[in-house]
Amino acid sequence: MSQLHVTTRINGDDTEFLCEAEDTLLDVLRDRLGLTGTKEGCGTGDCGACSVAVDGRLVCSCLMLGAEAEGRDIATIEGMATGDQLHPLQQKFIEMAALQCGICTPGILVAAQSLLERNPDPSEEEVRYWLAGNLCRCTGYDKIIRAVMETAADMRRAS
Amino acid sequence: MRYEAPRRLEDAVSLLAGQDGAHVLAGGTDLLVKLRSEMIEPEMIVDIKRIEGMHDIAAEDGGWRIGAAVSGAEMGEHAGLVADWPGVVEAAGLIGSTQIQGRATLAGNLCNASPAADSVPAMVAAQARVRIAGPNGARDMDVIDVPQGPGKTALERGEFIASVWLPARRARASDAYLRFIPRTEMDIAVVGCGISLSLDEEDRVTAARVSLGAVGPKVMLVEDAAQAITGRILDEAALSDLAAACSAAATPIDDKRGTIDFRKHVAGVLARRAAVIAAKRAKGETA
Amino acid sequence: MALDDTKKTREFKVVGTRPDRPDGIDKVTGRARFGADMVAPGMLTGRILRSPHAHARIVKIDASKAEALSGVKAVVTRADFGEVPEDVADVLDNCMAGDKALYDGHAVAAVAASSPAVARKALKLIEVEYEVLPHVTDVDATIKPDAPVLHEGRQQETVPEGMSQNVIARSEFGHGDIEAGLKQADRVVERTYRTAATHQGYIEPHACLATMGSDGRADLWVCTQGHYMVRNTCAAILGMEQGQLRVTASEIGGGFGGKTVVFLEPVALMLAKKAGRPVKMVMSRSEVLRATGPTSSTSIDVKIGMTKDGKITAGFAELRYQGGAYPGSPVDMGAMSGFAPYDLENVKTVGWDVVTNRPKAAAYRAPGAPMAAFAIESAIDEAAKGFGLDPLEVRLMNGADEGTRASYGPTYPAIGLKATLEAAKSHPHWSAPLGENQGRGVACGFWFNFGGDTCVSLNITPDGTVTVSEGNPDIGGSRASMTMMAAEELGIPYDQVRTIIADTGSLGQNEVTDGSRVTFAVGLATIKAAEAAKKEMCRRAAMVWGIDEEAVEWEDGAARPAGPNAGKFPPMTLKEIAAIASNTGGPIAGHHEVNAEGAGVSFATHMVDVELDRDTGSTKILRYTVFQDAGKAVHPSYVEGQFQGGAVQGIGWALNEEYIYGEDGILQNAGFLDYRIPVASDLPMIDTVILEIPNPGHPYGVRGVGETSIVPPLAAIANAVSEAAGVRMTQLPMSPPRVLAALQAKAEG
Repeated sequence: MSQLHVTTRINGDDTEFLCEAEDTLLDVLRDRLGLTGTKEGCGTGDCGACSVAVDGRLVCSCLMLGAEAEGRDIATIEGMATGDQLHPLQQKFIEMAALQCGICTPGILVAAQSLLERNPDPSEEEVRYWLAGNLCRCTGYDKIIRAVMETAADMRRAS
Repeated sequence: MRYEAPRRLEDAVSLLAGQDGAHVLAGGTDLLVKLRSEMIEPEMIVDIKRIEGMHDIAAEDGGWRIGAAVSGAEMGEHAGLVADWPGVVEAAGLIGSTQIQGRATLAGNLCNASPAADSVPAMVAAQARVRIAGPNGARDMDVIDVPQGPGKTALERGEFIASVWLPARRARASDAYLRFIPRTEMDIAVVGCGISLSLDEEDRVTAARVSLGAVGPKVMLVEDAAQAITGRILDEAALSDLAAACSAAATPIDDKRGTIDFRKHVAGVLARRAAVIAAKRAKGETA
Repeated sequence: MALDDTKKTREFKVVGTRPDRPDGIDKVTGRARFGADMVAPGMLTGRILRSPHAHARIVKIDASKAEALSGVKAVVTRADFGEVPEDVADVLDNCMAGDKALYDGHAVAAVAASSPAVARKALKLIEVEYEVLPHVTDVDATIKPDAPVLHEGRQQETVPEGMSQNVIARSEFGHGDIEAGLKQADRVVERTYRTAATHQGYIEPHACLATMGSDGRADLWVCTQGHYMVRNTCAAILGMEQGQLRVTASEIGGGFGGKTVVFLEPVALMLAKKAGRPVKMVMSRSEVLRATGPTSSTSIDVKIGMTKDGKITAGFAELRYQGGAYPGSPVDMGAMSGFAPYDLENVKTVGWDVVTNRPKAAAYRAPGAPMAAFAIESAIDEAAKGFGLDPLEVRLMNGADEGTRASYGPTYPAIGLKATLEAAKSHPHWSAPLGENQGRGVACGFWFNFGGDTCVSLNITPDGTVTVSEGNPDIGGSRASMTMMAAEELGIPYDQVRTIIADTGSLGQNEVTDGSRVTFAVGLATIKAAEAAKKEMCRRAAMVWGIDEEAVEWEDGAARPAGPNAGKFPPMTLKEIAAIASNTGGPIAGHHEVNAEGAGVSFATHMVDVELDRDTGSTKILRYTVFQDAGKAVHPSYVEGQFQGGAVQGIGWALNEEYIYGEDGILQNAGFLDYRIPVASDLPMIDTVILEIPNPGHPYGVRGVGETSIVPPLAAIANAVSEAAGVRMTQLPMSPPRVLAALQAKAEG
């Protein structure tokens, strides 16, 4: 089995890796690149814990082959903060207790960021449907939805 | 397993034709699930996303040609397509989560050949056709002829769907798709119903196509249902006849997602609701 | 236990505020390390081969081909494990089948290999010869005398003769005379209720990384609710001394009771031992659903007698819980808790623990209680509505209070049930108008709460900051609570304290993170450890000042001379005392070890509005309010989070979640696609009202809050749906096909 050589960009950094043809992007991120912030909750695209953005488009990294990353631009949770400056969503999630165990949190933050990039003023219903593919079993979603809405409001005020 | 990402259509065809156990990868939202669960063990995966035209939505013969790698999200962002075929776009938009929408395609949904595929009833109602690339060149096929049963398609070795074509939208015509799921998102359709219809100036149905998903081994076109409303105003009596025709046509099974009685009943409920939405759209009202 | 603090009305400075959690940044940046996030040099991948049959005798296992495969470093079957103590025999058998595979997904062999691909290939090369046996998965079917038997000779003496061997135990609780009570009733509601098995549904699959040297010393990294439990259980199974196995808890991605037992860990250790290399094991989602510990499916008969004024004259319930393939369903908890919210003269419950060919049930948030509450709260609702009575008033009239003799025996101290009911009655939700096809339901719930073995060590650093070491994985913000209680007690700012979860080598025995015990018991030990440190700091100050240590008191983070005769000295702050500690006797620390008692029971009332789609049987939750007694809410945001999370798990249980087994005994929905937990778009905001009726057993009045919140929702939603539908729903989940069928049956009369 010969490995594939893939050149890509991850969180703004040019990155090369070798992978097996059947390795998913999630496998590559976690096991080959040490980016374990992206989580596997199901491996079938049903939980969203592995959410990343590929060329600005939100996807499940468990449903994409590592080989497909060739030439793409990938954003994971590890790239969300700028240095020690948290993204407003990250800050708000901590402030508003929008996480309990924290396993779904990276995926939800990546997904919420993707929403706010497209829609800076989402309704509650829009937030709920956008995040429907991100399962959280601890919070009942209440504080997550509130945190996303409040972050959006803060960011609108700041811009 | 080999991974290939050819740049030319012909290369994809020859790779697929030349290798047993070669699978096409577009959005991958079904393929990777099967791969991970070891339902399939491909010798080769041919990623068609780097082939020219696969990401395009182009006007053609008054309708729209949609490349095989166009995702549900991209369709939803295409104003012209949304205006002409809102039912097809919303059906594609119901497949999975936002994340799935970033990758899942019409062609993939069709080739997965699940009777519960959301976009297929909508495409059948729309009388969509697919362009198939293969060793003997391109051929076109009606969407309804592609699935041959659960997991089976009419595609021959070396063939793959390169694009889907939606016909021109007629005046005072529109479409709608509804499905029933237990939750509000993330489920497979328990029943799905696509309706495309056109109205005359008196709001009488001049033509209709009604299709059902998840109530038989493959998506079905229900001629009786179309007949039940053709030439009629969509009043309570017409809608009841439509619902009855759909319930009668449904031949579902009992499984973990629903019962026979439930599916037959809900097929009628959805048809009635979808017809109302499609008619409103045809009249230019918001729905 | 000294309860001297509770008499004072205490003004809190830190407790009751909402500071940022200390592990927040790690968890929003992806830095936090969960079970599957750890690696070790030379690490192998471990995988498990699972039974494709619901019930089968394992005739022979031939692993020779797998062992011969390049990259395979170890294969483990039951034969590798020796005789084990009786108290872990079922645990081992569940982790690795012996003579029989008892359910679809039961582990029968395991491999450790150089890569996941090699491990997958190796599993396919293991040949297992099965003799397939008849199976039974239904709770009512398994009781029948002709049902296939899982275990011979496990039946306890409490079970009358002539019943199936699958009936393991009978229990009984209550007091008074049911027949006499029923005679006083104006109406008797008698019904059978059924609930499906559900899974905790934590998003993080089980994972661990095991290392064992040839000297017998081992290390284990694992996501668990209790690493001390993991150590003790694995040591017993592997025949090790507990001190030789050091277990470190990873961050844990949800548990809800499902991570209070071991599944992979003994196997990973055995693979690591045989291979001589570290072995990492991570379950797939399908393995989690097939082969960890869901809850029981149940069938419950209830009989309630009520006068036309709403007085409950008798309450009886007979509960049958299947606990999967081994004895030990939570039926006793159900039988004890179901009538616990009420002050009844005549009450009796009978519980039956039965086995089936399903994975062994593990704890799930208030184990056993939600199903019993569903049945009993539904029957009370039906009785009340039958007389046109207000269901909240009926509950208030019959509600338990301080001094009530509980249905399960004890007499209650101060409790909060009526406070939750009064709060519900006066809340705007209760008087809000309802629209067409809408219904409103209420229900009460109870949970015992637990304490148990707990150790906390609190250390003062030379620069006067404080570290707290505790032994319970932080599953939802408990580091924040401990930090707050330590800061409160020491009178120092929250950010001067850091709490860590210590490994099993660093503290004494700690009970699992379960029973809503952590904020109560670990909090209590933290406060006591802080008190010990304060006492020592007072002693040091007394030494410096040359006065009696009794003449020094601790206030606002400093030692001060107490009273006019102690002398006039300026206060010595914690920092000042810490700075000279080396010269006054050495480092300063406080610690506390306790088997904590006095956990304090907790009650809740839930209120929910639903809307029915009468054409499809679909239910939408429109509005939801939780009223619960927290004793004292240490960090109110996380208390609210527990209320909301429990309510939503209950919503899933009520409407859509269920284990679906085919005729073949195979689980049909082993994935998040068809095991349908609530998604964000299914729900409204979940409103919360925190009541604070102090627990006399805790210095700050804290009661556990984690579990009670899942007890009322099943019944509250069933009561709401029944009202909207005009037909009583007695079976969960109330999935659309089931609701539609009930509506159609009613329409057909």
